[in-house]
Amino acid sequence: MADHLLEVRNLSVRFHTTGGVVNAVNGISWHLDRGETLGILGESGSGKSVSAAAIMNLIDRPPGEITSGQILFDGQDLLQASEEERRRLNGKRISMIFQDPLSHLNPVYPVGWQIAETALAHGVAKAEAYARALDLIERVGIPDPKGAMRKYPHQFSGGQRQRLMIAMALVQKPDILIADEPTTALDVTVQADVLSLLEELQEETGMGLLLITHDLGVVAEACDRAVVMEGGRIVESGTPRGLYHNAQHPYTRKLLAAAPGRGEMREPESGRTPILQVRGLRKSYGGFEALKAVDFDLHAGETLAIVGESGSGKSTIARLILRLEEADAGSVKWKGEDVLTKSRRQMGGLRRQLQMVFQDPTQSLNPHMSVYDIISEAWVIHPDILPKAQWPTRVAELLEQVGLKPEHTQRYPHQFSGGQRQRIAIARALALEPDLIICDEAVSALDVSIQAQVIALLGELRDRLGIAFIFIAHDLPVVRDFADRVLVMQRGRVVEQGSVRQIFESPHEPYTQRLLAAGLDADPDVQAERRAARRQLARAIGQMADIVQ
Amino acid sequence: MGSSVLPTNTRPAMQARAGLRTVLRMLWADKLACAAAVFLLIVLLCAILGPLTLNELASGTNLRARNAPPFSLERGVFFILGGDALGRPLLARIIVAAQNTMAIAASAVIASLLVGATLGLIAGYAGRWLGEVIMRLADVIMSFPSLLLAVIVLYVLAPSIANLVLVLAITRVPIYLRTTRAEVLEVRERMFVQAATVMGASNRRIIFRHILPVILPTLLTIATLDFAFVMLAESALSFLGIGIQPPEITWGLMVSQGRQYLTNAWWLAFWPGLAIILTTMSLNLLSSWMRVALNPTQRWRLEVGGRKHG
Repeated sequence: MADHLLEVRNLSVRFHTTGGVVNAVNGISWHLDRGETLGILGESGSGKSVSAAAIMNLIDRPPGEITSGQILFDGQDLLQASEEERRRLNGKRISMIFQDPLSHLNPVYPVGWQIAETALAHGVAKAEAYARALDLIERVGIPDPKGAMRKYPHQFSGGQRQRLMIAMALVQKPDILIADEPTTALDVTVQADVLSLLEELQEETGMGLLLITHDLGVVAEACDRAVVMEGGRIVESGTPRGLYHNAQHPYTRKLLAAAPGRGEMREPESGRTPILQVRGLRKSYGGFEALKAVDFDLHAGETLAIVGESGSGKSTIARLILRLEEADAGSVKWKGEDVLTKSRRQMGGLRRQLQMVFQDPTQSLNPHMSVYDIISEAWVIHPDILPKAQWPTRVAELLEQVGLKPEHTQRYPHQFSGGQRQRIAIARALALEPDLIICDEAVSALDVSIQAQVIALLGELRDRLGIAFIFIAHDLPVVRDFADRVLVMQRGRVVEQGSVRQIFESPHEPYTQRLLAAGLDADPDVQAERRAARRQLARAIGQMADIVQ
Repeated sequence: MGSSVLPTNTRPAMQARAGLRTVLRMLWADKLACAAAVFLLIVLLCAILGPLTLNELASGTNLRARNAPPFSLERGVFFILGGDALGRPLLARIIVAAQNTMAIAASAVIASLLVGATLGLIAGYAGRWLGEVIMRLADVIMSFPSLLLAVIVLYVLAPSIANLVLVLAITRVPIYLRTTRAEVLEVRERMFVQAATVMGASNRRIIFRHILPVILPTLLTIATLDFAFVMLAESALSFLGIGIQPPEITWGLMVSQGRQYLTNAWWLAFWPGLAIILTTMSLNLLSSWMRVALNPTQRWRLEVGGRKHG
């Protein structure tokens, strides 16, 4: 057998929890060669991060226990190596970057110091370590590297922080870089940049890259090979193209089928009356203008998607319409009445018609209330909807409508999975029989297959009950399947709006084009085209900048 | 719903009984909390029945039994813990003193908890202006040495149990106020509170249904710790002569009376001190049990029962 740079053989890890023994991974094997990118694809709970944790010696023992297997690095079994030896390898020859860079950078030290620290810890001289840090900060594309050395983590944007994490991981010129969901917390355009940075760095250094992700698009964009994990086992492996076109295992097929952006595009029906008219909506926080005069209409039974990067003001619109915050100027007319000038009491009646589903169902459901209490709270607040005697039957009905079992009424939110919790949140919104539901990133925190189910549920409710939706998202493929019209936002302004077909097939604004080109598609061939388009666009923007100068 | 078949009037009663059984089962699952509950029940019984039955015995002096050593039964079962400086049986006195001690400590703690939590909720949830006024008032109370405040108030007013409770309650209010306000400021920004706002819930509903249940365990924990502090503060005031006036007795007063005999008759101060410690500890154990029992995400630890969990 040929020697691989890193090889995991028959690894099994289990965790002893109060609920019993959990087999996190079960006899998995994979290998990684020099200069190669291997993707580990799986949904939450599939055990995709466990093998990386075992490599980095990050599994707490107890409660974790490695029951079998070998991790061969340079022919040496890491699981047999001493703690001291492994510390020498970690950071020096094997490095890791994480999903959330902010929580892995120390907020009280300047970033230059933190990057140099990794080198100092492995015995590099101080001057040399700082020189290397400066060099890397420049290499990962941070503007003004000298000044950046002295800045603190909070002074950088999310994408820049992830670049700094990458710089930190590369200080020792490692042979292997493990990236655990490196782009999940980033905007689409930034995601594409970070992935291409990783690719460039890999070409330069020839390191092996292990990319752990839940996103088929990331695999299609960046990986040479991929393994698909489900329930602690590897169910399939191969090249992204092979997996995409000839998936053998039913789970892989299910994942591919769940990838959004495949269905028919919807056309907005003409001649419907607008129920919501937003004019000149403005909001500033201190000196920062979050919204600069936003106008749009929403028609009865229509689904309007608002897309944009973080900080573009899309969530602020939702919060202003629902009066969770007060607008600085403008008007929001709901069926002809201005929502913004209503008193708190007058607002109470309107709230019935306008509901919201939040991003994170773990936080939006009160952990101290049972499902029955959560759903029936709507009728406690608005007693005229339903007489008390009918509450139990209606709760059961609503639960069935969102695909849960009526026996779940006495359970508490923590006893459900993320997708089920979002269904409870939807049932709660439906309990008020609203005319408009605003979904603020309502499916972003969910796994792909669950996401598809929730979207299907929302679509069904829309068709059956005629509810209008404002669907706020950063994920374009999801929007493509679900929305009638799209509103593209950038820095507090609406830069483009139109039907889904107009936006996706003939976008006018460069910003919309960039957003579309940055989105990752599960199909490696489509992804290759997009990459070419993105490069061209970047070149064009570069030329334009030259001309302007 | 299977239960809807039952006649409606029996359902609440049955639910209440089932609820009580669950509570007892969860209490049984935590043996320490169970012991604490039993101990507190005994203290409560002493407080209610003690003065009615043992008053004569506890106040009758017997100079031959002055500072009688503990663990001897020759003078009767009530001298098992020894006798005090006037020859009164310590056990009987501790039992009788339970009433005053509990009455003062419990009412002071409950009063300060209620007032502090209410003001804290207002300061945290209402507008900035009102919140600021309340917070500055709390600062004024806190900047004043509490013992000095107590001395002045009790000097001006007559030293009675009601005034003692009043003084102790006032000095402890800022602790609950600040904790409540800090927690409210955090909890009110949580997503489920915003979800309730979107549904159109009233302020009252948001405060009592969504915010209070989250911060209540913290407040109860502080209250149990404060129980010991209040008992000792009361004894300090009694020692200065402006608290409880003999022949009324409390555990704190007994500790301070026994202090001058510490070198030759340690039991005078030791037993009432032990009673204070055990009561506080029991309250503390019970409150940490309650914190688990009140939290749906933690409750399984008690419901699975039997097994020991870290």
